Amino acid sequence: DHEAIRRRSGARVRRASWKRRRSGEGVRVGSNGRASQGLSIDTSVEGFDKGRSRENERTNDRTIDRSGEEGDDERTRRRGRKRKGEGERGARRVESASRGLSIDTSFGGFDARTGVWSRGKGKMEAPTKMKEVLTGTTIIACTYDGGVILGADSRTSSGNYVANKVADKITKVCDKVYLCRSGSAAHTQAVAGYANLYLNQHAIELGDKGCSVKAAANIVKEIAYGNKAWMNAGMIIAGWDKKEKGKVFVVPLGGTLMDVPFAVGGSGSIYINAFVDRNWKPNMTKEECKSFVRKAVSLAISRDGSSGGVIRTVTVNEHEQVKEFVTGNEVPVYQDEIQSKGPPQVEFVSV
Amino acid sequence: FFSLLLTSIMAGIGAGYDLYPTTFSPEGRLFQIEYAGKAADASGTAIGVRTVDGVVLGVEKLIRSKMLVKGSEKRIFTVAPHAGMALTGLLADGRQIVNSCRDEAQQYKRFYGQAIPGKMLNQRISSYIQYFTLHDSVRPFGSSVILASYDKSGPGLYMIEPSGVSYGYRAVAIGQEKQVAKTELENLDFTTITSREAVMEIAKIIYKIHDDVKDKEFELELSWVCAESNGKHEHIPEDLLAEANKVGKQNLEADQFGSDEEMEI
Repeated sequence: DHEAIRRRSGARVRRASWKRRRSGEGVRVGSNGRASQGLSIDTSVEGFDKGRSRENERTNDRTIDRSGEEGDDERTRRRGRKRKGEGERGARRVESASRGLSIDTSFGGFDARTGVWSRGKGKMEAPTKMKEVLTGTTIIACTYDGGVILGADSRTSSGNYVANKVADKITKVCDKVYLCRSGSAAHTQAVAGYANLYLNQHAIELGDKGCSVKAAANIVKEIAYGNKAWMNAGMIIAGWDKKEKGKVFVVPLGGTLMDVPFAVGGSGSIYINAFVDRNWKPNMTKEECKSFVRKAVSLAISRDGSSGGVIRTVTVNEHEQVKEFVTGNEVPVYQDEIQSKGPPQVEFVSV
Repeated sequence: FFSLLLTSIMAGIGAGYDLYPTTFSPEGRLFQIEYAGKAADASGTAIGVRTVDGVVLGVEKLIRSKMLVKGSEKRIFTVAPHAGMALTGLLADGRQIVNSCRDEAQQYKRFYGQAIPGKMLNQRISSYIQYFTLHDSVRPFGSSVILASYDKSGPGLYMIEPSGVSYGYRAVAIGQEKQVAKTELENLDFTTITSREAVMEIAKIIYKIHDDVKDKEFELELSWVCAESNGKHEHIPEDLLAEANKVGKQNLEADQFGSDEEMEI
């Protein structure tokens, strides 16, 4: 039967997946309606998903093709497919060593979405790849009487390896508007780059008026929502403009835009949500707000493995934009943690 | 000297340099664009006045036929919640300008989350109109527009000609009787005039400049965007329009009787 033969060979699935493959060609970023070819983005969701901790490593067994075991008839093959977690039409889902990444190997060639070559026969082994660089993070921004204060830790992790222990997660996108980045480091840096580009053009057109925080947040939201399938980025946009004074907007995963008086984000934020909800009050002074922000970040650092390093703060108000940080040994510790006494005294012996 | 005079009389003005917008004349003029300007002035006058709390637009709509349904011809359009536009000249061209203006405002709102400032909308629409003066595959718009806006920095009034040139104004007139209207507008005090007062003044001016001999009937269309309309561009309320028409007629009659001074020989 012609249909059965086509179904068996997976040809129909291959035709449909051509469309899927062509559509997954990287980040589309709109600029007044024009799309631009972007980056090929790896969407492994490591470290950010609280449910999957580092201890639950899984193995590669499911890539082994068991369909031919008992015999080569249709029934066995169907059973084999079901065992492997394959659907009726032959699409195969393979869980790779880097958890959360599912690769559709029913078609051959290069899948731009996952960055993987496959032979199309399902006998492929998912390659072990270096874990994606993430900012498992704590970020916070809150308004006070006269402006906003943004805070963040400084650890960028790639699995268990700390790629950067003094990272700066608070990026300037426009004069007096800053972006706190959490999630994939690459994604958020790209978004910050595009936001900076569009806001610079916008500022030139506006003249002396200066960018509003709302405009910056809207641009970030358009990028995040327009590319939601490929992105893993939670961002907080905060700043000061002449019309609305201090403002905080948050764009979490999925691309919502929310106007809030304060916001926390990143993997460490879950530990301090209650603390921040309870202790934030409107119209704090600058010093009160700064110590509140630092305390919140230090609490998150003490519980979250992906947060650490120094505590960076940026204060934005009508007169100033000040970047400061609290060095690692001065970060407050809690419970049984040992406070560092300072940089170690080491003698280097010349050889 | 004599030959120069002869050529200018004989050839009208263009003398062969006016076939395409892409040809400059020896004096450095683009005749097609000037002719487009003449087409833009070939309809009823439109007036705009910027007041202390907003902008008011008024149009003298010449009624071509007694069978025309009242109010069916619109010359004032809303391009954004806070901005409106009045047209003259070839109205079909003008409607295209309105469409692209609406697109610009919408796109800006989509991208930046805010209403487009009047100044920027003016710049964008001027660039759009100017584009059509650069090619000989398209023709310039035969329509001038008055743009009224009310944004965070206050009221704004702009006028864009078919050449793409645009300026910000306190008061502006385009159309058939624009010279007369401009003279009348210079009498207004722009530092104190409110939108309601401006409505009456514009009505009076339009009634005054309307040429009864050339065109029979006309209909008055007025709109505003001001504090009283909560920053939204809309046609003025019905009762205010009726009052404006009454005031305009009364003022005209008062003028016709003239003063009581005796003539002295």
